[in-house]
Amino acid sequence: MISDLFTNGIVWALLGVALAVILSGCGSAYGVGIAGQAASGVVTEDPGKFAKVLIIQLLPGTQGIYGLLVAFVTLSRIGILGGSAPDLTTGLLTFAACLPIGVVGLVSAIHQGKTAVAAIGIVAKKPEQFGKAMLFPAMVETYAILALLVSILAIFSI
Amino acid sequence: MSDTKYTYAVARIRALELSLFSAATIEQLLACKSYEAALQFLEERGWGDGETRGDLEAMLSREEEKTWETIRELKVDMRLFDVLSYPHLFHNLKAAVKEFCTGESQAQLYYEDCALGREELLTILQDKDYSALPESMWEPAREACETLLRTRDGQLCDVIIDRGALLAIRQAGRQAEDAILKNYAESTVAVADIRIAVRCQKTGKSLDFVKNALAPCDTLDMQRLALAAVSGLEAICQYLQDAGYGEAAEAIKESSSAFERWCDNRIVHTIQPEKYHPFSIGPLVAYVLARENEIKTVRIILTGRLNGLAEEAIRERVREMYV
Repeated sequence: MISDLFTNGIVWALLGVALAVILSGCGSAYGVGIAGQAASGVVTEDPGKFAKVLIIQLLPGTQGIYGLLVAFVTLSRIGILGGSAPDLTTGLLTFAACLPIGVVGLVSAIHQGKTAVAAIGIVAKKPEQFGKAMLFPAMVETYAILALLVSILAIFSI
Repeated sequence: MSDTKYTYAVARIRALELSLFSAATIEQLLACKSYEAALQFLEERGWGDGETRGDLEAMLSREEEKTWETIRELKVDMRLFDVLSYPHLFHNLKAAVKEFCTGESQAQLYYEDCALGREELLTILQDKDYSALPESMWEPAREACETLLRTRDGQLCDVIIDRGALLAIRQAGRQAEDAILKNYAESTVAVADIRIAVRCQKTGKSLDFVKNALAPCDTLDMQRLALAAVSGLEAICQYLQDAGYGEAAEAIKESSSAFERWCDNRIVHTIQPEKYHPFSIGPLVAYVLARENEIKTVRIILTGRLNGLAEEAIRERVREMYV
């Protein structure tokens, strides 16, 4: 019975969707959470910096959105929100296509969160350097975008 | 992920660091024409509170309290800050041992912001219940009491307790997991040893006395430092050059106040890297030490003004700032 599940393409495809959402979502939750702690520390002493630290805090949240985007696209092609149910090979390929945004989303969001904390430290002491401070965590975003591109291109090419 | 447990606290400290005095602020304070103008300058910057107006010592005490109030608000493990309280704690022990052994009341000598105050310490000494003290104080307390009762030598009593404080700081540094606490402990003990060696040389103490006063540390060889201390100031400077404390040697040659300034600046240099650490307890410890340094510098400037010291003489004693 259980072995039948793993020969079913849609199971693999849905597993890929789940990983894309879960891993990138967990990474973003951690990143936004830790940056939120730092933002709270700064706003406790200087509420005037709320807007600046909020923008930086939100940067690690994008990985979760990318995971959701990949999940929607996938669901619309595997017979859940549209398209047709995949065979085993297509299901496995879909699973593999979802992995980049899942794994890279998790790792990059954690690191982006930590970099955002350091950037919030810059804003705390030198608010006029907000632009430069925001660039450091934004650099980490590059790798989440690359993973998103690969996942999307792979899903559309299957 | 335990490395991120100080994230909120460090970010809050970063915001607070903006209110620390920079070298430029100290220059402004030095430029105040009179003691009253300097006091007003501090009050305008939020120092003290309504009850401390016009009273320097009350204002500085209030600032020390504010520092610890801030740290307590951060809800971090306060045991990590124990090592910073040892100098005050052992000072209280010293006062209590002298009061207990001589019977002379010295209530004004005690620090009030300590885990152990006058009443508790006197009760412990009267009951000989040394185990009620922190473990690092058992032996110094017992030895200092017995020595003072037997010899009536207050200086020897001071040496025993001061060495006990240094050993406690070193032990706390060795047990600490955080680099800032290790570095602070090492710098504090090394600076204290150098200060002891210089003072012993100037007062002509014997080799045995110097050896008993010095506390071991990783960056200095006690045997060589003690021998240098009984050989002369030049020998101390030569040894310090060899041991990597060349700046201390230069300061000793320059003047006593330059040497005292170097001692405090050394601690500031030790904590400087914490300005760039976002996730450790280091910035919190550095903030407390930076505030202590700031308060000490303000006290030097204002008491200098009050006693009519020339600006150059005050400037020579001004410490480096953390920010």
